[in-house]
Amino acid sequence: MSQKYMKVERIEHGTVIDHILPSMAFDVLRVLGLSRDKTMSILVNSHSKKGGRKDILKFEGVELSAEEANLVALVSPKATINIIVGGKVVKKFNAEAPPVVRGILTCSNPNCISNQDEPITTEFRLGKDESHRYVCTYCERDIVDLAKRVSA
Amino acid sequence: MRHVISVHDLSVEQIKDVLDRAEGMLPIARGEAVNDCLRGKVLGSIFFEPSTRTRLSFETAMNRLGGGVIGFAGTEATSVVKGETLADTIRMVSGYADAVVLRHPREGAAKLATEFSGVPILNAGDGAGQHPTQTLLDLFTIRQEMGRLEGLNISLVGDLRYGRTVHSLAFALSKFGNTINLVSPEGLEMPGEVVEHLEASGQFGTACHTPEKVIANTDILYVTRIQKERFPDPVEYEKVAGKYRIDPELVSKGPDSMIVMHPLPRINEIVPEVDVMPQAKYFTQAFNGVPVRMALLSMVIGGA
Repeated sequence: MSQKYMKVERIEHGTVIDHILPSMAFDVLRVLGLSRDKTMSILVNSHSKKGGRKDILKFEGVELSAEEANLVALVSPKATINIIVGGKVVKKFNAEAPPVVRGILTCSNPNCISNQDEPITTEFRLGKDESHRYVCTYCERDIVDLAKRVSA
Repeated sequence: MRHVISVHDLSVEQIKDVLDRAEGMLPIARGEAVNDCLRGKVLGSIFFEPSTRTRLSFETAMNRLGGGVIGFAGTEATSVVKGETLADTIRMVSGYADAVVLRHPREGAAKLATEFSGVPILNAGDGAGQHPTQTLLDLFTIRQEMGRLEGLNISLVGDLRYGRTVHSLAFALSKFGNTINLVSPEGLEMPGEVVEHLEASGQFGTACHTPEKVIANTDILYVTRIQKERFPDPVEYEKVAGKYRIDPELVSKGPDSMIVMHPLPRINEIVPEVDVMPQAKYFTQAFNGVPVRMALLSMVIGGA
């Protein structure tokens, strides 16, 4: 006798973020800053059909905008975003790293003025090369260990 | 040009324009001619950190052009000790002055200042970050002494890791097409991003640990201080510092046309006997802070 159990329920209306780098789901949640009253499923270190492991996030009743979804690329560049309506995928796209990120991140340089008690919003710009690095607009340094620099 | 914040913001044309104007300012800087193009204007000079040359040369530059200076050097007698933010200090000073020159211990302070100031900001050094007016006076001295800014072999010697002057200078020199050698003690090497930039632009020469290796092919020996506090063991510091002491014997191994520069202050990395050699240009370099800062002030305040 065999019966397949779904580890996570299907959603009728909402967003599924698939192909998140393994163990990065919680960082994605922090980047998105979604409120805790939403129903969500978090699958960590799931087997990927493409091989290896991945994380998956499902949000019931939340349709992420492209701008919000692209923030996912800050911590998981190859994630895919699926918008679900009536149980079906109506839109699917890859998260793209935003050229400028305001707020959300803090500078990894402890001596940067943006880490002081000043009335400013942090700002980072995507580097011009392919290395997916962000540069602080204030101190001009590359942000190091980006996932850890997401403001809580 | 509105603000002067980072050497990265300056194009080759803008750099040449500043240097040309600085050349025109030389007789005024020497007191041989009079120009009061900034008469009635006020410079806010706010230095949160110690400075001798930068502060005094900015003040001299403003005075030579007929303007006045307000400000402070050290925060003891200011509201900063009461916890005033830099943003508020800048808002206030920019209401009193026609331009603000700022030195601050935090990287990015000058950039922040531009967001709260109604008048031009000149960065006089922000932490380990940028010090663009130093870079411009270095370039001015190189052009004055060598007659050009390109096709030169420049050896940067000393603490290349923490010295902001050499980072900015390396970037600026790479805009013109030069060969840049990096000579530093182990552990104080040039940061990777600067080396990568030099390599990518085909301007990286040699990296080594003793100046003797590059001296024979050096047009400009640019020496910086090795700070004692970088070494946990004073004996180790003495050993390293000894290897980087520039003396007449070393200088004489370079080409006759070689010049020796230093942003100053020096401690003992260039022995005093070098001062009288024709190659020694570090006091000329310090003087050049005046015409270069005159040029910058006339451009940002005077709208020249």
